[in-house]
Amino acid sequence: MTDVLEVRNLHTRIDSASGVVHPLDGIDLTLKAGETFAIVGESGSGKSMTALSIMRLLPEPGWIERGEVNLDGHNILTLPEYRMRDVRGARIGMIFQEPATSLNPVLTCGEQIVEVLERHKIEEGPAARRRATEWLKRVGIPDPERRMDEYPFQLSGGMKQRVMIAVALAAEPQVLIADEPTTALDVTIQAQILDLLKSLQKERGMAMLLITHDLAVVAQMAHRVALMYAGEIVKIGPRDAFFAQPLHPYALKLFASLPGAGKRGEPLASIKGFVPPLHGQFTGCRFADRCDYAYDRCRKQAPAWHGPDPQHQARCHLLDPREEWRLAELLRREDDKVPEAADFAAPADAGDLLEVRDLKVHFPIRKGLLKKVVGQVKAVDGVSLSIRQGRTLALVGESGCGKTTAGKALLQLVPVTGGTVRFGGNEVLGLKGAELKRMRSRMQLVFQDPFGSLNPRMRVGEIIAEGMASFGIGANAQARNDRVAELLGQVGLAVESRYKYPHEFSGGQRQRIAIARALAANPQLIVCDEPTSALDVSVQAQILNLLKDLQKTLGVSFLFITHNIGVVEYLAHDVAVMYLGRIVESGTAEEVLNRPRHPYTQALLAAVPRLNTESKLPPLTSEVKEHLAADIPSPANPPAGCHFHTRCPLAVEACKAAYPAEVAVSATHKVRCIMVQPE
Amino acid sequence: MSAYIVRRLGYGLLVLIGVNLFTFWLFFKVNTPDDIARIQLGGKRVTADAIAKWKAERGYDKPLLFNSAAAGIEKVTDTIYFEKSASMFALRFGQSDDGRDIWYEIRTRAGPSLALQIPNFIIGLAVTVSFALLLALFRGSRFDFTSQILLVVMMSVSGLFYIIGGQYLFSKAWRLVPISGYDTLFDSFRFVILPVVIGVISGFAGSTRLYRTIFIEEVGRDYVRTARAKGLSELTVMFRHVLKNGMIPILTGVVVVIPTLFMGSLLFESFFGIPGLGSYTIEAIQSQDFGIVRSMVFIGTVLLVLGLIATDISYTFVDPRVRLE
Amino acid sequence: MNFSPVLLITDVLLWLLVFAVVGYVWYVRRHEHLLVPWLKVRQNPVAMICATVLVAYAAIGLADSLHFRTASGAPGRSQTGVEVRSVLDVLLGAALGPMAGKSEKTYSAPLAIYSFAKETVEKPGGGQAREFPRLTVGGAHLKNPGDRDGDIAWRGALGLAKGLVLFAVLNGALALWVGRKGGGPALAARAMWRGTTPAPWRPILVTLLLICLMACPAVALGSHYHLFGTDKVGQDVLTISLKSIRTGLVIGTLTTMVMLPFAVLLGLAAGYFRGWVDDVIVYLYTSLSSIPSVLLIAAAVLIVQVSIDNHQDLFPTTLQRADMRLLALCVILGATGWTGLCRLLRGEALKLRELDYIQAAQAFGVARLRILTRHMLPNVMHLVTINAVMDFSGMVLAEAVLSYVGVGVDPTTNSFGGMINAARFEMSRDPLVWWLLAAAFFFMLGLVLAANLFADAVQEAFDPRRVVRRARPRIFQRGPVGGMTEAAEDPRAPGGRPA
Repeated sequence: MTDVLEVRNLHTRIDSASGVVHPLDGIDLTLKAGETFAIVGESGSGKSMTALSIMRLLPEPGWIERGEVNLDGHNILTLPEYRMRDVRGARIGMIFQEPATSLNPVLTCGEQIVEVLERHKIEEGPAARRRATEWLKRVGIPDPERRMDEYPFQLSGGMKQRVMIAVALAAEPQVLIADEPTTALDVTIQAQILDLLKSLQKERGMAMLLITHDLAVVAQMAHRVALMYAGEIVKIGPRDAFFAQPLHPYALKLFASLPGAGKRGEPLASIKGFVPPLHGQFTGCRFADRCDYAYDRCRKQAPAWHGPDPQHQARCHLLDPREEWRLAELLRREDDKVPEAADFAAPADAGDLLEVRDLKVHFPIRKGLLKKVVGQVKAVDGVSLSIRQGRTLALVGESGCGKTTAGKALLQLVPVTGGTVRFGGNEVLGLKGAELKRMRSRMQLVFQDPFGSLNPRMRVGEIIAEGMASFGIGANAQARNDRVAELLGQVGLAVESRYKYPHEFSGGQRQRIAIARALAANPQLIVCDEPTSALDVSVQAQILNLLKDLQKTLGVSFLFITHNIGVVEYLAHDVAVMYLGRIVESGTAEEVLNRPRHPYTQALLAAVPRLNTESKLPPLTSEVKEHLAADIPSPANPPAGCHFHTRCPLAVEACKAAYPAEVAVSATHKVRCIMVQPE
Repeated sequence: MSAYIVRRLGYGLLVLIGVNLFTFWLFFKVNTPDDIARIQLGGKRVTADAIAKWKAERGYDKPLLFNSAAAGIEKVTDTIYFEKSASMFALRFGQSDDGRDIWYEIRTRAGPSLALQIPNFIIGLAVTVSFALLLALFRGSRFDFTSQILLVVMMSVSGLFYIIGGQYLFSKAWRLVPISGYDTLFDSFRFVILPVVIGVISGFAGSTRLYRTIFIEEVGRDYVRTARAKGLSELTVMFRHVLKNGMIPILTGVVVVIPTLFMGSLLFESFFGIPGLGSYTIEAIQSQDFGIVRSMVFIGTVLLVLGLIATDISYTFVDPRVRLE
Repeated sequence: MNFSPVLLITDVLLWLLVFAVVGYVWYVRRHEHLLVPWLKVRQNPVAMICATVLVAYAAIGLADSLHFRTASGAPGRSQTGVEVRSVLDVLLGAALGPMAGKSEKTYSAPLAIYSFAKETVEKPGGGQAREFPRLTVGGAHLKNPGDRDGDIAWRGALGLAKGLVLFAVLNGALALWVGRKGGGPALAARAMWRGTTPAPWRPILVTLLLICLMACPAVALGSHYHLFGTDKVGQDVLTISLKSIRTGLVIGTLTTMVMLPFAVLLGLAAGYFRGWVDDVIVYLYTSLSSIPSVLLIAAAVLIVQVSIDNHQDLFPTTLQRADMRLLALCVILGATGWTGLCRLLRGEALKLRELDYIQAAQAFGVARLRILTRHMLPNVMHLVTINAVMDFSGMVLAEAVLSYVGVGVDPTTNSFGGMINAARFEMSRDPLVWWLLAAAFFFMLGLVLAANLFADAVQEAFDPRRVVRRARPRIFQRGPVGGMTEAAEDPRAPGGRPA
């Protein structure tokens, strides 16, 4: 294979309000024809900057300080801008993270593809249109003729990303840069887009630079992988070796912080401290301050490349052959450590804390002259579930399935249309005034977005104390103050934090504050709405550890709303899977995750990319994938009968007739599918 | 779509009724016709007879809202509100203090107003949008920076100075165009050119700054990065992608004023002696002719409401998201 | 001579506003989310230059807002036997002497010693002649009219020298104040000029110097000549201009004060409560903003004027009546101008109420009023601040137009609009009466430009999304990028030079 793209010693700078930032400090990589090269890293590591630097599309206050980007042996950094434009789109194509905003909203899909063809003089006029239609077909868009004249907003997220791929590939570039191409997509859609990218690459023999934060996606897609940290590559290697041998302490921690079934009961590894600010020169290793194995040399001298073979290398002094004794000793000490006992015994069954029956939340659709109600968006349409004392129920589903609405409905933050919610044996729906307040003090909420969930104009102490004052917890201000200090300690923050404002904290710390705020009310149940989905994996690990500890010490129950299967496998005692406003399958984690019975659960679990191949589930067949590729129906107009039949590989005529009744596979395991027989 | 427009029209009518009642309250309740008559006739020593005569001449001698003396439907219709305020919905505006029919005046004066306002509007929009696009294209450069300073300075000068300065330079010092006056529609060119030029200049800074902000906000969006990644030139990016999206917010501000162009411009018409609705209004204000002021408030409101509806409709032309949903 | 204070309503409100500003500063110092952007404003040299200018204007305006009454014996008494004067009048009287106020018969050009209009004068030797008579007080000290140019140059130079001295005193006083916490005045003065202080003192000092260098010669010349000439009735234009400042300030600030409560209360209530509250408020501001604003203001002003004229007994002096009209104008401008900000705040409140922290507060059972005041209001304050600052200059400009239309301030109130309007009637004269316009232009531009630039700085600090950092624009990127010696020499150059 020949080197198509070679990046040498690339240094990028950005002028920011706080001075000149160095997001890239000496990046070297090569990309061969037909190869997928993945750059993986946490936010702020510089992975997207690498892509933008190669394309020379840096944000305006940024510039490339020095380095080379050789495309077919020619340095494209020295090209004048107008010649660079011949490279963009024609020789290097790029797709972006957010398909919803990356396409121009006022141009049709067809126009956006034709534009590329005409710009690079591939086809013109009607021929260009024909070619564009062909491309839509190739990226798997059904009815491409019609889609040509549609606008991006008329397409689903997955379809938009397919159009984006068509735009990027229309001029048949040698190199495709995919910057987080599936991060904004649901897992079943992600599987399809990744497959599409894989097959297009094979078909055209192009080189692909895949940029992602998701190690599992990398494990599935890449031939070679580079791990970035604080503006440089710290580890590079062929995929299998990359995951088999961490080499670098950062990689070691990162792999260990991924939640999954295998780690149930043990705490996840977490990395102390923060990514250092990238304002200037580093004297030593960039990871030294956060590294458990760092010694003097790490702080004095930047490590060189070392590794078992020339293909698989990492920047770490411990790999230096001269330091072999040190590594050996470290390894011995690691072996001596007694692993923390796996502790995942569910607490003794203390009975149901929360019992939800047939919960419904319908939002009216108003139309016409007098805003008459013409329909209902059935966001939550008859959800039943129960949460036991001290246990965690994971509510799993893809975006738009109604899981967040269901969580808010429990606390009556959205108007509930129907059903019953019994909390500790008492009906709580319809409570008003003081009683509603009392109920709310026992059920609390932690939100997804750590930046939107704290009032930026209040000090942390005020934020935590506000709920206590409202619920009348704590005899006086002094008592509440003491409690705030105690809570901050409980979530692992310094007591002085109470005088600071939220913006002074990182995402993970803000989530801790949000948890402290929820705990302030002494709740028995906390609804956690995707509390870690906005966080990097190493920070996610800290939050998950914290939640588990709190459950152990306080005996609080969690309703954990998430789309992340890894988190569910790691944390949940019970699982409920939601599709289009209804629970399709529920049971203990063991039952649902290891022996899924509903076709949707099976597809969902199979679609999750995994680091290792330990999964007990068979991979998705192409036939199943084809069925799944159908658009997710709208909750305003769900399909008749079983909601999943439009995408179900097993669907038969009878599925359209009526919504399937609940089938009890075991005492706890319940499925709504007519194909499932009770055992 | 049509239901949407009908609903907007209905709301517009509701607004009009509200405004009509409000102006009635303002003109007849805050100050009674007696108060106005006393001022018009000159101060404190006016006799009650004179006031009564003044009121009778103008039809102000009726009850305000309910005429208990009248019979049948006239209990409601034979009132000041019905005669003077509600009647405006039927375009009956009555007479001005000098005895002329207000509606006739409005119709004849709309022409000169438009002769000034339409070129002013079109040229102004074209000039400001192009210049703002230019600034967005060269954003961050020295040109952009100095232009911005210049724009702030221009914005800080009262429009009156532009008019006076322009009149002095072009008409008095250089004698290029007549200082003021008006002719029939097609000969009016030489009279209209100066106010149009000054009008464009005096409105230039504010709009350009606003549009520049809008364009620059668009430039920062993801689809612009996509367009660049396709290899499109910066000019194509600007005209094909940024302009098209930027026009959506610009239209909101622009379409709404189109119907109000009929109203003319108070300042320009009175300075340049153009017999349009603007100078009609200003004369009415200065001579305290409440009949005309009331009529102009009503017509202005009708036109603005139409403008708001036109804005809603215009969205459907430029934004496919509105059109197709 | 005895005098007693006279409290005009606008005076009281203006001073209350000053106290409110002081209170706001005190509040800001305790709230970091407000303090940080204001510190950013403080670091912006342009903003500080503008602030200096604005403070100078405000000082003049506030001096003109302390009125008192002097009973009999005072020269130039009005019909009622008492004369209401302001501190500014006293200061001007002291600085300009006989020049201040009405002293000539009619127009005279700036620094002139002869009248602008010919008059029939008795010749000493008998007979009459039409000629330009000497002014009553302007340049009256000159025995020989030919000495005028030399006298002006001499007085101007003297004024400049006085200005330098005054500035030196001011600079010393400031250095004492800055250096009070350590270092002493000498060190502080050096730091201020070197720009090593946290606040950009150097531009402030330069601005002060310029103000001194303008004010002192103006006083030096203005005490013997009419620096900006005189108007139709022979009043000193410099005096009129300075007294117009107060009108501009009152309209610019009080209008905003009237407007804010409407806009903030209604906007937040509509967005937060939604439902019928929202419907009513939206209907209210849609209706109000559907009336063309000039016409609405004109109608309201005419009506108020009729009311005032019909209740003359309530206002013992013409000054009080004029003051009432000024206040009425502010109230009308405010009551008709709140719709824009209200719409903006409603939209913001709609967005805010969906935010997680508001939902969290609801989950905590926090009372609605507290959610409005503790969670919503602080999060829209930046918009309110930006708007308040931006509206100021707009209102000053609006006053000029409204006065021209005839619905502005009382004709007896000095205002920029009034000055322009007076000049306009003389447009056909030849030679042109330009000094009224020039004075209005100069003083207005100073005030409005400073306010606009200050508003920009405030907006930049409170809403940094809109800021375009100075960078080499993409369109200029025609040269090779990276790896170039040029780029290495100048690390800030984004990607090299044109080839």
